[in-house]
Amino acid sequence: MSHWTTSPIAIVAALCLSAGAALAQEPKIDPWPGLVTDIFHDRAIAAHEGVVALDAPKRAEDAAIVPMTISLLEPGLRAATLVIDENPMPMAAAFSFGEGAGVTKIETRVRVNSYTNVHVVGQTSDGALHSVVKFVKASGGCSAPAIKDQDEASANLGKMKYREFASENPALREAQIMIRHPNSSGLQMDPITRAYIPAHYVDKVEVRQGEALIFSMEGGISLSEDPSFRFAYKPNGAKVMRVEARDNQGNVFKGEWPIGGAS
Amino acid sequence: MLQRTIRRLAITCLCLVASGAKSFELSEIAPGVFVHQGVTALMSRDNLGGIANLGAIVGAEAVAVIDTGGSRAEGAAFLAALQQRTTKPIRYVIDTHVHPDHIFGNIAFRDTGAVFVGHKNLARAMATRGPHYLSSFRETMGALLDDVILVPPTLAVERETILDLGGRAITLKAWRTAHSDSDLTVLDPQSGTLFTGDLLFLQHVPIVDGSLLGFLAVIEELRKIEAVRVVPGHGPAVAPWPQALEAQKAYLDHLTRDLRADIAKGETLARAVTTAGRGEKPNWLLFEDYHTRNATAGFAELEWEAP
Repeated sequence: MSHWTTSPIAIVAALCLSAGAALAQEPKIDPWPGLVTDIFHDRAIAAHEGVVALDAPKRAEDAAIVPMTISLLEPGLRAATLVIDENPMPMAAAFSFGEGAGVTKIETRVRVNSYTNVHVVGQTSDGALHSVVKFVKASGGCSAPAIKDQDEASANLGKMKYREFASENPALREAQIMIRHPNSSGLQMDPITRAYIPAHYVDKVEVRQGEALIFSMEGGISLSEDPSFRFAYKPNGAKVMRVEARDNQGNVFKGEWPIGGAS
Repeated sequence: MLQRTIRRLAITCLCLVASGAKSFELSEIAPGVFVHQGVTALMSRDNLGGIANLGAIVGAEAVAVIDTGGSRAEGAAFLAALQQRTTKPIRYVIDTHVHPDHIFGNIAFRDTGAVFVGHKNLARAMATRGPHYLSSFRETMGALLDDVILVPPTLAVERETILDLGGRAITLKAWRTAHSDSDLTVLDPQSGTLFTGDLLFLQHVPIVDGSLLGFLAVIEELRKIEAVRVVPGHGPAVAPWPQALEAQKAYLDHLTRDLRADIAKGETLARAVTTAGRGEKPNWLLFEDYHTRNATAGFAELEWEAP
């Protein structure tokens, strides 16, 4: 009995003392300047609203599926890059837009590992960079940015789905491309072999109306499982939507769908 | 200054022990069936992570423990309380699924000689999610996590496994992806008691960390299990079976219905998750902590079934 009444106090007291030590943390270093060097090669980036906008939730309710909507406010934007500063692979998605594609909005979903700034950097036709930033809190630890059903994720690899939506603006169309893919990180260990499971993620997507590029994307493990892209674009009269996606293990997935009501 | 800090921490710690360990209650809900009721709250330093219901079944020769709690401290308190009720050896430690509030206490049972048992996916789920759990709960649990090591199962349940505790056989069943992708139930036919783990929530809003449709399908399968009482993963320690399933089913149905309607209308994920299923709010505790997350995961899942 005395063993039980005394030892836990000692144990817990010891634990709590080390908690005190843990509270004295190093000041956090902002990763953004380093990312400007790595991703944008130290080019000047003007920080202001007006060229691109980012709609991100203040709190990542499901840290594995955090919706991010990029609005392209200035016509003729050539590129937009989504950066999740504190993630292991911060460059989540680099979008390039086809000339004349008229993309005004693109919504995707990302993993958010911890409290982080999220940047969008837009590139105008003259090559200048413009950024906006939002702070996102990843909520409770239960929401591990992890695959929900690992068996199913492997079984459906590469399946695609295409949807069209009624657009508020008749000069624009709105559509969504979804790709079944675990988009796994390479940061997870196989319990049997104790080796890291190789990263397996979609690293390139191209979406075309007919032959004309709407957008291409280069991405990494910060995109959610089953990557999804919902976008508004200017129709060019083409009758088919063509998608080609590749992953880092060399798989190529293709899909083709009729564009509804295309003339 | 430092001394004062240390003294304050020490006092805090004594209080933790007082609130956690000394008050650890273990009730005998049927002959040889013991349950500890977790608090309906988020895991924290103050509650030692003790938010899940934990159980034990005692046979003529041995004991099976069902879930171990949200920290080593809670696991140790559970073990000590159990040892005051029985001197029989703990032969099995059964984890109902991978979530921290159910498995962080495993480490306190490692030296009992028990065999650790779980769903066939549990070891994989612990390996892939474990490091994230340990780091992300650091903020709320602090040093309580310092000596938590995840102990993976050495006995995996593929479909159904019967364990003999000496004149008392219990049935373990592994489920398809529902609340999580490692859900396991434990049935004690002798007393008619079913331990569902988090395949059943009462009062605490259900959490979907696996599949919304899978969860609904598993509820219909669970319903067929012959038992008289259930120990849910969260909420009251014991409830009548199968009536206890109804509130959770209503919640998941409501959420599914709303999400399907939003997806059919072409609503975006960002907008749909702010409205779908919110009418359920008055029926549940911790609704704001988990509901939007359920809606988010549910939207991404149901989106694939739309035309």
